[in-house]
Amino acid sequence: MDDAEGAPKLPQIPPIPEGMEQVYAYPKSLTENKMHYCPGCTHGTIHRMVAEVLDELGVRERTIGVAPVGCAVLAYNYFNVDIAEAAHGRAPAMATGIKRVSPEHIVFTYQGDGDLAAIGTGEIIHAASRGEKITTIFVNNAIYGMTGGQMAPTTLPDQVTSSCPTGRDVSTAGFPIAMSEMIALLPGAVYVTRQQALDAAGTRKTRKAIKLAFQAQLAGLGFSMVEVLATCNTNFHMKPLEAIRWAKENLEPYFEPGDKKVTDEVRALSRQRPGAPKGAGR
Amino acid sequence: MSRELIEGNVAIAEAAVRAGLEAFFGYPITPQTEVLEHLSRRLPEEGRVFLQAESELASINMVYGAAAAGARVMTSSSSPGISLMQEGLSYMACSEIPAVIVNIMRGGPGLGNVQPSQADYFQAVKMAGHGDFRMIVLAPASVQEAIDLVMLAFDLAEKYRTLAMVVADGSIGQMMEPAELPPMRPIRPASERRPWALTGAKGRPHNVITSLYLGAENLERVNLRLQDKLRTIEAEETRHEAYLCEDAEFVIVAFGTSGRIAKTAIREARARGVKVGLLRPITLWPFPTEPLRALSDQVEAMLVVEMNAGQMVEDVRLSVGGRCPVHFMGRLGGVVPFPDEITEELEAIIEAPDAPREVRYGRR
Repeated sequence: MDDAEGAPKLPQIPPIPEGMEQVYAYPKSLTENKMHYCPGCTHGTIHRMVAEVLDELGVRERTIGVAPVGCAVLAYNYFNVDIAEAAHGRAPAMATGIKRVSPEHIVFTYQGDGDLAAIGTGEIIHAASRGEKITTIFVNNAIYGMTGGQMAPTTLPDQVTSSCPTGRDVSTAGFPIAMSEMIALLPGAVYVTRQQALDAAGTRKTRKAIKLAFQAQLAGLGFSMVEVLATCNTNFHMKPLEAIRWAKENLEPYFEPGDKKVTDEVRALSRQRPGAPKGAGR
Repeated sequence: MSRELIEGNVAIAEAAVRAGLEAFFGYPITPQTEVLEHLSRRLPEEGRVFLQAESELASINMVYGAAAAGARVMTSSSSPGISLMQEGLSYMACSEIPAVIVNIMRGGPGLGNVQPSQADYFQAVKMAGHGDFRMIVLAPASVQEAIDLVMLAFDLAEKYRTLAMVVADGSIGQMMEPAELPPMRPIRPASERRPWALTGAKGRPHNVITSLYLGAENLERVNLRLQDKLRTIEAEETRHEAYLCEDAEFVIVAFGTSGRIAKTAIREARARGVKVGLLRPITLWPFPTEPLRALSDQVEAMLVVEMNAGQMVEDVRLSVGGRCPVHFMGRLGGVVPFPDEITEELEAIIEAPDAPREVRYGRR
């Protein structure tokens, strides 16, 4: 991959012919750089949902993102917002610094399972505990993607990876860590939910959850996090559809989707009549 | 303004407030905790940001975030805490994010102790993290100088988009002496943050703060730009104090607390008619190479005094390039040298300036 200047751009979309109306558009909160993610990867979908929500809430110009280390390390090439690339696991600390000196801005971190649930456990727990008014998008695909398929803190028992070649042995490697359930226990967290980007219904719910998480931040309520179950077909050594099937049959039963914490204030936000979901397709 | 009796750590903290510090992120560690305590009261009083982080690792990354957002930011720690911050320092150096770091050094290695030490010279000056980078390193020898150098550190950090570290030790941090604080500078409004800062992509392309440059040529270009900047800093910002050096036949080279102690030994030697001077580096990086080179043609020998096992002495030898003998005396593990230990060492050198000497660790 090249960095931003060299990143290939999307083809130009021809102007809309007279008499026709545009009903679906590329989000303003995404750049036109072509993504480097593997075919079948769920990052592209999740990026797009975050971008659509930022557009819909009208906050793109006052949003500051923090990218992780992991497959999404180049997220700064894709999100068309001011954005920093953090050290591995430190995105919530960096986001804390940004939000504290720019409280009127919308600040989010985008992190994978290695970044958030292994090397950055301290930073995410304490950011949540302090009730930092930031939003975290936590993509959990139970494996280290960027380094080539090693065991993650969320790798399932007996799941084979390149660093647990005979399957995760919980007697030596311990158990998968359920971050959403842990963080939901902290008073500073106001909205913690686990969703999945494994099928159309799950993806639509994920998008709603992402919107509510940002709304919670906009309302100044506290820390919000959306965990998204995802796949890594490349490192699962599966075809994309097989990877999705595997995740539904294995990941979902272990990491149960659903709201882990919704405070009354956040629930009130979710009851407000949602704006028409622009760009949600037909 | 008037002089007041003020403790070093408090003076450093208050100087930062007056320099327009907008946010402080830190973690308690002896012997610098008073910096954090003072700011925990003063910054909220001024409507600014104070946050006690969960670790030094988090502190420096909060500093990284806040500084990337364009605010004037500082953290403060002591030796073991600075080790934890090295990751963040390296990232910030690459992405050229300005910040001020204070290190009130203590005895090491390891947990060591909390006594005054200069054992982090190499860490501060040579490389405070992985990769090729340098920080501006300022070493005060008094409470007043600590105040002045904290003010300067903010200006230099922002002028060059670089890291500036103020290194002192527990004796300066904990000592009370008369000093004058500068008047309060106005704080920079959020609307006047620098164009590179993360302030929201309104009416301009999005800003990216990163230290990731894939492709060797890309990263080499970044490194070359950083090196160019460092050469400018070397040319423009090297600072030192030359004390009684004009007619000196011998010169002591020492920074911070040891420089101050050496002055006492020098005054005593001068009283006995021995022509000794002091060259005290104020910037440890950039190092005052030129003044040392000039002195090396004038003096019979140099004695480097440090509160460590001999770190800056290597830079002195590099500067002098063998033109005069360079001897070393140090105390380790948080022991502060007495002036008469320096005197004894000096007398032995005066007697036989060229004689090879074992490395001396004071009078034990």
